[in-house]
Amino acid sequence: MKTLSTYDVIIIGGGISGTAIASALSEYKLSICLLEKTNDLSNGATKANSGIVHGGYDAEPGTLMAKFNVRGNEIYPDICNKLDVPFTPCGSYVIAFNDEEIEKLNDLRVRGEKNGVPGLEILSAEEIKKNEVNLSSEVKGALYSPTAGVVSPYELCIAFMEHAMDHGADLKYEHEVIEIKKSAKNFIIKTSKGDFSAGVVINAAGVYADKIHNMLLEPSFSIHPRRGEYFLMDKYIGDSVKHVIFQCPNKMGKGVLIAPTAHKNLIVGPNAEDIDLPEANETTQKGLDEVWNKALKTLPELDKSMAITTFSGIRAQADTGDFIVQDYNECPGFIDVAGIKSPGLTAAPAIAEYVCDLVLKYKKVDKRDNYRFARRKIVRFQELSHEERAECVKKDDNYGRIICRCEGITEAEIIDMIHRNAGARTLDAIKRRTRSGGGRCQGGFCSPKIIEILARELGISREEVLKDSSLSTIIIDQTKKEAADD
Amino acid sequence: MIDYDVICIGGGPAGLAAALAAKENGAEKVCIVEREKELGGILQQCIHNGFGLHTFKEDLSGPEYAQKYIDLVKKTDIEIKTDTMVLEITEDKKVYTLNPQDGYKKLNAKAIVLTMGCRERTRGALAIPGTRPAGVITAGTAQKLINIDGYMVGKKVVILGSGDIGLIMARRMTLEGAKVLAVAEIMPYSSGLTRNIVQCLEDYSIPLMLQHTVTDIIGKDRVEAVLISEVDDHFNPVPGSEKRFECDALLLSVGLLPEIELPYAVGIELDKRTRGPIVNEAMETTLSGIFACGNVAHVHDLVDYVSKESKKAGFFAAEYAKENIKDQVAIESLPGEGVSYIVPQKIRPVNCTGDIELYFRVKKVYDQVNLRLKVDDNVIKTVKKRHMAPGEMESIKISTEALTNAKELCIEVLDG
Repeated sequence: MKTLSTYDVIIIGGGISGTAIASALSEYKLSICLLEKTNDLSNGATKANSGIVHGGYDAEPGTLMAKFNVRGNEIYPDICNKLDVPFTPCGSYVIAFNDEEIEKLNDLRVRGEKNGVPGLEILSAEEIKKNEVNLSSEVKGALYSPTAGVVSPYELCIAFMEHAMDHGADLKYEHEVIEIKKSAKNFIIKTSKGDFSAGVVINAAGVYADKIHNMLLEPSFSIHPRRGEYFLMDKYIGDSVKHVIFQCPNKMGKGVLIAPTAHKNLIVGPNAEDIDLPEANETTQKGLDEVWNKALKTLPELDKSMAITTFSGIRAQADTGDFIVQDYNECPGFIDVAGIKSPGLTAAPAIAEYVCDLVLKYKKVDKRDNYRFARRKIVRFQELSHEERAECVKKDDNYGRIICRCEGITEAEIIDMIHRNAGARTLDAIKRRTRSGGGRCQGGFCSPKIIEILARELGISREEVLKDSSLSTIIIDQTKKEAADD
Repeated sequence: MIDYDVICIGGGPAGLAAALAAKENGAEKVCIVEREKELGGILQQCIHNGFGLHTFKEDLSGPEYAQKYIDLVKKTDIEIKTDTMVLEITEDKKVYTLNPQDGYKKLNAKAIVLTMGCRERTRGALAIPGTRPAGVITAGTAQKLINIDGYMVGKKVVILGSGDIGLIMARRMTLEGAKVLAVAEIMPYSSGLTRNIVQCLEDYSIPLMLQHTVTDIIGKDRVEAVLISEVDDHFNPVPGSEKRFECDALLLSVGLLPEIELPYAVGIELDKRTRGPIVNEAMETTLSGIFACGNVAHVHDLVDYVSKESKKAGFFAAEYAKENIKDQVAIESLPGEGVSYIVPQKIRPVNCTGDIELYFRVKKVYDQVNLRLKVDDNVIKTVKKRHMAPGEMESIKISTEALTNAKELCIEVLDG
């Protein structure tokens, strides 16, 4: 008979929603397991979005989006501080190019104030010019939202899970949920790698959330994948704008934004294209051209040769128009966290608080005795003073070797990110955690070295080291294998 | 306290030649800082021949060429710090180094020579659309994995870009048993050396597709195929011209860029055209006592030219350390019609004797044209050129006397 792994709570999906919930639940005496289909966290919408912590003026008052956005924004700075995740509270502008759009800004301000967004202000063209010297001279006004910011979304996601695991949560990679059944007391969850049971199941499966929902309940919503393409620009032009610069929203979304990233690059995007396949995360010439042409309207001097990479992300768009965060009388213990499109990244910690309360309804347990809302400090060598750097190398030789020259990442930082909870197992996983390979040479210099480090630290051969997905081997063979065999 | 007269940052061909020249010109304490475990730089992975024809009148492999210089350096008391990265330099010529043995150190130099070389342009810089599978790799990274580490990166390969590294890797992959399906080049001509087109492509019947580029990358985990499209005269893909190539790797040889982290961070002025630091007749950057040469100053075609230029930089770095360099309002080198850049960008005749060599590149292929060198508004000389191409660095000499009291010089192509 097959063994059944039993937990109090099972979370399906290792994106920002699922990991934020795991982190929030870890404050309580609950056994938690997160099931992730791929071989890393943040592999869906979380790894490829704008990284914006929104003010909260976009969503209609009264929606879950509005409620969770504003609450999420409020608690973000503290969370990022405690979990040691890069976050910059840079504020945002929604810019207007004509009188009609100025009117729209006023509507947004009114809406934002209803939602409880603090400090909203309409700026004149002169005020904008003073603060953002590179913006188009066609800009007539802007809505300033001082509480908006930028975060490294995948690092926050990983930090949430590491925090949960530090408090005993389990993480299972490459566990795709195939079937869920409700028995008298528990849910039985069948995955591609074994069966699980739990009293509470949280569906945070992103673009697949409707399929998970439909395993237990009548269909009540459907998720449509919507693709957005991006350019990431070199740090040399990272200070082209100081705030997140949105164009005025239209019916397809928030338009193309230009923003500094939490790591001081410049991000440009996205467009919005409804697609058929949730896996279709390729970039297209048409999409990239659209993004670029729209971006030039905001920043006419933007230099395309400063691009260091392009990517696309898939957002989970629910046909209900709002987030779906709820449990069901007809299926007690099953909680949907679905349709978490923008501002889902901002909302995640607030959604997690809310879901935590729902879970406690089913499992009345106490708080943990030794709970800490923190994780072990990350050494970011590049950000240290001369004296601190010298101290670091004295303690550990591995700080003495720079592996990623673009971002100045040492071998010790990479080794740390492999061996932490929710550690890295692939080249892209290292990139998300340390930025090695995410700089201007895009891994040209460091990838052979990181392949070597991953093989050594994980005890595998270099041929087994993956770029990203479970079949994405980088090295095909050894050149001197036959000679060596002789 | 001064630790060194001259520190060369980078132990490739530029750093080796500069350090030797500084030493020969009387700099007492000279140091080379190299981030890899061995000296030689990228030459160590260039195991093909064709190096040294100018410098040594011999046909050498990359490691052999490097070894000649390494042997010369080792005969001197030039200090060598390998496995050591420079993290920061300052205007007053402090050099912050990092390695596992000595830790984090501050070195004081009288003069610094920047010899970090260059890096490869990537897929991201070209914004090639498609998925992001494993198997898309720059040609130089592939060269490192194959020639140094001993690992193959593909069996059926398409190469984008016909620069020399792309051509060399087409042959290298073939010799290691891979099938190279095509080399696509967006320009109407290859930017590689003619001998490499013959010896690396034609000899192996590898098709060179001029005015073609990769317009899509397909594959979820590893590359499964790429689309190659013809481009029009404005480099836009011609709709309907795309051909699908089933392959498991795409190698990119789409240009080299000077590695400018250190000069950028310290505030050295850069040339938009070379993408490297602006330098004067002494190969000195806009910060006094900080020199730059080799591929960090501008990307060269041949290592022999790197060595020659670096010898000059090393010589002047020693002069600087001995306080022998004089200041003067510099003459500006201005690229005229058809010329993309000139190095050095600034010249102070007071530090020159005899002829000054100007290096430049043209913007497109020219056949049977005249090249004109002007100082202020006076034509100094006109030279007949049979053939010039952007992929081949040109040089022209001008006498120091011709520059006395001048404001600017200009090189231009007289087309038609």
